[in-house]
Amino acid sequence: MPAKATRAAFGEALLELGARDERIVTLDADLSKSTMTAKFAKTYPQRAFNVGIAESNMIGVGAGLALSGRIPFVCSFACFVVGRFETIRISVAYTNANVKIVGTHAGIAIGEDGYSQMGLEDVACLRALPNVTIVQPADELEAKQAVAWAVEHQGPVYLRLTRQNLEPVSPADYRFQLGRWLTLRPGTDVTVIASGGTVFNALEAAKQLQADGVSAEVINAASIKPLDEDTLVRSATRTRHVVTVEDHSIAGGLGGAVAETLGEVLPTPLKRLGVTGFGESGDAKGLYAKHGLDPAGIAASVKKFLNR
Amino acid sequence: MTVDGKLDAIARACRVQIIRMLTHAGSGHPGGSLSVIDLLVAIAFGRLRHDPQRPDWPDRDRIVLSKGHAVPALYTVMARSGYFPEEQLITLRKLGSPLQGHPDRVALPGIEAATGSLGQGLSIACGMALGLRLARSPARVYCILGDGEIQEGQVWEAAMTAPKLGQPEHPLDNLTVILDYNKIQLDDFVAKICDLEPLVAKWQSFGWPVLEIDGHDLAQIDKALDQAEATRGVPTFVVAHTVKGKGVSFMENNPEWHGKSPKPDEAIAAIREILGVSEAAWSDYLTTDRATRVIVDELRALDKQ
Repeated sequence: MPAKATRAAFGEALLELGARDERIVTLDADLSKSTMTAKFAKTYPQRAFNVGIAESNMIGVGAGLALSGRIPFVCSFACFVVGRFETIRISVAYTNANVKIVGTHAGIAIGEDGYSQMGLEDVACLRALPNVTIVQPADELEAKQAVAWAVEHQGPVYLRLTRQNLEPVSPADYRFQLGRWLTLRPGTDVTVIASGGTVFNALEAAKQLQADGVSAEVINAASIKPLDEDTLVRSATRTRHVVTVEDHSIAGGLGGAVAETLGEVLPTPLKRLGVTGFGESGDAKGLYAKHGLDPAGIAASVKKFLNR
Repeated sequence: MTVDGKLDAIARACRVQIIRMLTHAGSGHPGGSLSVIDLLVAIAFGRLRHDPQRPDWPDRDRIVLSKGHAVPALYTVMARSGYFPEEQLITLRKLGSPLQGHPDRVALPGIEAATGSLGQGLSIACGMALGLRLARSPARVYCILGDGEIQEGQVWEAAMTAPKLGQPEHPLDNLTVILDYNKIQLDDFVAKICDLEPLVAKWQSFGWPVLEIDGHDLAQIDKALDQAEATRGVPTFVVAHTVKGKGVSFMENNPEWHGKSPKPDEAIAAIREILGVSEAAWSDYLTTDRATRVIVDELRALDKQ
C-alpha cells in the first residue's frame, strides 16, 4: 500500500459504507474538499449537507440528525470543530447523541498554514467529556476500519485524521478494536507509545535505537479514549520506561492519558514527546525536526531519557 | 367547556405546579416558566402526536425547549401527559431526581434534547426535522427559543441555514419555531442589554415566514400553529409576545423574578392569584378544593422547616 492521508482513507471508506447504509449522512462547514467528504456529497447529494462556515450549527444539526436515527459524520479541521467545545459538550456528549465528529488536519504536520489551522489541543479538550470516545488511526488500513467501526458504534466518536500522507504500519490482517492497542515492534528496554502521524516515525526511531543497542517496544495507540490499560501496564512492567509520541500538545493528550493511568496503576518513569507552545508556519519535516518528532529526534529523546 | 376553556384550565393547573415545584426546589426560574407555559400547553394538549408510554416512538412529534431554564413548565406538561407521576414534580433539582435543573435527555425519557446552555436548541431541532424528513416520517418538531437566548451567535447560524437546509427534496416545513418574547433576560430588560429589534424583519430577511401573536391567547397560538403546519417548503417562525411571570402580579414584568424561587408565603399568594380567588374567599375555597389544599399545606409545612 502506498502512503495515504487518513483523511483520504476516511473519504473512501465513507463512500463505500454509504452505499450500504442509508443512515449515513455528512455535514460540512465549507471544507468538504479538505475533509474529503466531497465525493460522498457528489454521490449522495441528498445525504450531504454543507451548512456554510458555521461549525456550531453543524454540530447541533448533526446531533438532531442522530436523535432522529441518522448516523451523521460532522467534519471540519480538528481545531475548528473542537473549538466549538460547548456545543459538543451539551448537544453531543451530555445528550449522548450518536454523532461522529471528524477532525482532520491534526497537528503541526499541516505545516505552512500555521498555528491557527492546526489541531493541537483537540484531544485534551475531548478527553474531558464523558461519553466521547477518541480514535486516531495511523494509516490507511486502520483509518478505513475505524470509520467502519464508528458506523457500528453507538455513541459519540471523535476521529482524529491527518492531512499528510502516512506510510502503512498495520499488518494486513489487522482489525481495529476500541480500547485495544497493537504492539508493532517488540522490545525490552523502553515502551514507545505513538498515535496517528507519529507511529511510523516511532518505528523508524526504534530501528535507529536498535543500531545503538537500545531495544524499543513500539505500540500504536489508535484508541486514545479509552486507552488500552492492559497492554500499557504489561509493556511498562517489562520495560520500566515509557515514552509517548504525539503530534498534539504535550498537555492533556495521549501523553497525559498515559501519565494519568501509569500514575495510578503503575508509577513508571515517563517522557512525553509532543508539541510545546503554539505551532508555526513551516515545512512539515522541519517542524517535526524542531519539535523532536522525527525519527532522529525521537531516538535522541529516548536515549537521553534512558541515560544512554 | 370549549377546547380553549379546557386548555385554559390545564394551563392554570400547570402554573400552580410550577410555583409549587420551584418553591420546594428553593431555586429555579419562575418568570420564563410562566411566560412559556401557555405555548407548551397549546402544543402538548392541543396537537402533539406522542405516546408517553413510548417516548422513543420514531414518529412522535418533538418539543425542543431551547430555553432550558424554563424546564419546570415542560415538566408540569410532561407529568400531566403521563410521562411520570405529578408527585415527582417536587423532586425538581434534588439529588438523584431525573428532573434536573435544566433538561437532561438521558435522565428523563420524553425530554428530546439537553438544553440550557443557550443557543443550541434550534440547531438540534433543525437536525431532527431534517432526519424526520429523510426517514419520511410525518412527525413535526416544535422548538421554543427565549428572547435573550437569541443573542447567541449559533441561533443566527441556524436561522441562516434552516430555510435552505434539505432543499429541494427535504425542506424543513415540519419545523415550527416559537420565540417566547417576554422582553426580560437575567440581568435586565432585553431592550436595555442588547435589543433584538427589528425582530420580525430580521427573521424574514433570513427567509422565514414570520407570524406575530399574543403568546397567552390559546386561540391565537392554535391558529398560528395551524398556519405553520400548512406552510410548505420552509420552516415557520412565530413571535409570541408574552409577559414574564404571567399570572402572578408581583412577578409580572419584573426582572427580579427571572431566576429566584418564591418563598412559601409568596408561593401561596401566587397560587391564590393564579386560581383567581380573593384573599377573603381563600380559606373557604381551600375547604372545597382538596388538591390545592394539599399543595398549600405542603408549602406551609415547608415554611416551618
